[in-house]
Amino acid sequence: MIQGALAVYYREMLLMRRRSFRLLAGMAVSPLLYFVTFGQAVGRSAQLDGLAYSSFLLPGLVAMSSMMQAYSMASEINISRFYFRIFDEFMASPIGPAAYVLGEVMAGVTRGLAAAAVIVLMGTLFGVHFQAGALFWLGAGLNAFFFAALAVAMAMIVRTHQDQATLTNFIITPMAFLGGTFFPVEKLPGWAAAVVGLLPLTHASRAIRLASQDRPVPVEEWGVLVAAGVLCLVLAMYLTRRVQD
Amino acid sequence: MIAATDLRKSYKDHLALKGVSFSVAPGELFAYLGPNGAGKTTTIRIMTGLTRPDSGSALVAGRDLLRDPKAKQGVGMVAQTINLDMELSVAENLDIHGRLFGLSRQKRLEKSVEWLARVGLTERAGSAVKTLSGGLRRRVMIARALMHEPAALFLDEPTVGLDADIRRQIWALIKDLQSSGVAIFLTTHYIEEAEALADRVAFLKNGLITATDTPHNLIGVIGAWAAVDLSGKSPAAFFQERADAMAHAACQAGGVTVRRTSLEDAYLQAMGGGALEVSACLPGKQDAGAEKNDGGAR
Repeated sequence: MIQGALAVYYREMLLMRRRSFRLLAGMAVSPLLYFVTFGQAVGRSAQLDGLAYSSFLLPGLVAMSSMMQAYSMASEINISRFYFRIFDEFMASPIGPAAYVLGEVMAGVTRGLAAAAVIVLMGTLFGVHFQAGALFWLGAGLNAFFFAALAVAMAMIVRTHQDQATLTNFIITPMAFLGGTFFPVEKLPGWAAAVVGLLPLTHASRAIRLASQDRPVPVEEWGVLVAAGVLCLVLAMYLTRRVQD
Repeated sequence: MIAATDLRKSYKDHLALKGVSFSVAPGELFAYLGPNGAGKTTTIRIMTGLTRPDSGSALVAGRDLLRDPKAKQGVGMVAQTINLDMELSVAENLDIHGRLFGLSRQKRLEKSVEWLARVGLTERAGSAVKTLSGGLRRRVMIARALMHEPAALFLDEPTVGLDADIRRQIWALIKDLQSSGVAIFLTTHYIEEAEALADRVAFLKNGLITATDTPHNLIGVIGAWAAVDLSGKSPAAFFQERADAMAHAACQAGGVTVRRTSLEDAYLQAMGGGALEVSACLPGKQDAGAEKNDGGAR
């Protein structure tokens, strides 16, 4: 299975290399706008949770951007499935659905971590105070893992590109704004905070933010991300197998 | 060796395959002909492991495609649509395929060089696929399908949309593959392609195979000679003897030409696309013709 997963991953990496300029530009533009608008202009003198707003915002942007890039695998898979029909090339090979899913998820994690690296670079250039140690990257990686696995699962459910856009609008966009990226979830009314607290992105934002301030991350934050990621991975494998039926 | 036994497949309330059986020997080219919606693509998807049938068995090189994932090692597929990575080079597309089929680095390199040479694309190995013409892309797909040395090759309309001269080049390539012992399963809408290439032909209609035989025998069922009304107003009439066809043509008002019967004539008869009609001025042939039609390809 590992050999098959590596073949799928290798293809994605070749494509990433071909599109590296476009991809990096895509990873940088939106976070840069958020960073300049909210971090530097609106929140220049503001503080949240005892942090300069830019220091609060940066981990949120890392969580949001790694989520977006990892989840973009859904569109890539849809294009290869419905437009170029390359998906059939994988399914006609002996690698099996599990190896295919694993390869695509690994590619999604790589994209998510690359997006996180772009934000870290941006923060460094803007002189934002933060730490990017091992736990910081673990948080970004687990976040990307969950959303990449979710992306593959969703890609196996949808039947058209339009379905994919609808799912993104209803799941990913609200999560991007509500999952503790731009403001502390605790500021929301109790019921809303409870709902938002169920979102994996909220846990990722919290874990990455604590790690960025070199503070301990509660084990339950990791637990939620790992459990949700594994659940989506298994679901994606099941749905990919079902596509063949 | 390819062997399908009693394949059945339904999609919701539509029965796509109603019990299809066939076999293809090593080095044999088997053409699978039928109109759109007859079940050709469903058959090919089952035989390449892309779709699971409701029942039946699908064997390639003695391995069960439905139960043994490694059986796919024996299958090569050239899909109807160009499913290559357009942004990647020809060599990269082949290399990825080799990795998917577990080939070692050395083997991938060897096979890539070998197949690019055989399809005449050595010079274009580093070119992005998006820069190639349709005919060259087809050749890349054939090279890719053969990278892992499959025992069976499935070609789903491999020449659709190509110019006549490019089609002939692809035919030559297919013939070359056949001589190397690969069992080839071909679907096409170009009946003359099947006639030129196939050792045996199956006619598929509404999810059932209605006839399987050599092109020569399928043509023989309706008669070797056709008298064709050039105005297209009346259907062609078929005869075993040229003299009968000529006699029939002579007594018809208007332009009637006599030519050899083609596989396309047999196909159209089998699909019910034109009723066999023998001239009243040849009374002795009418019954014989009708009998041939009823008991033949139909």
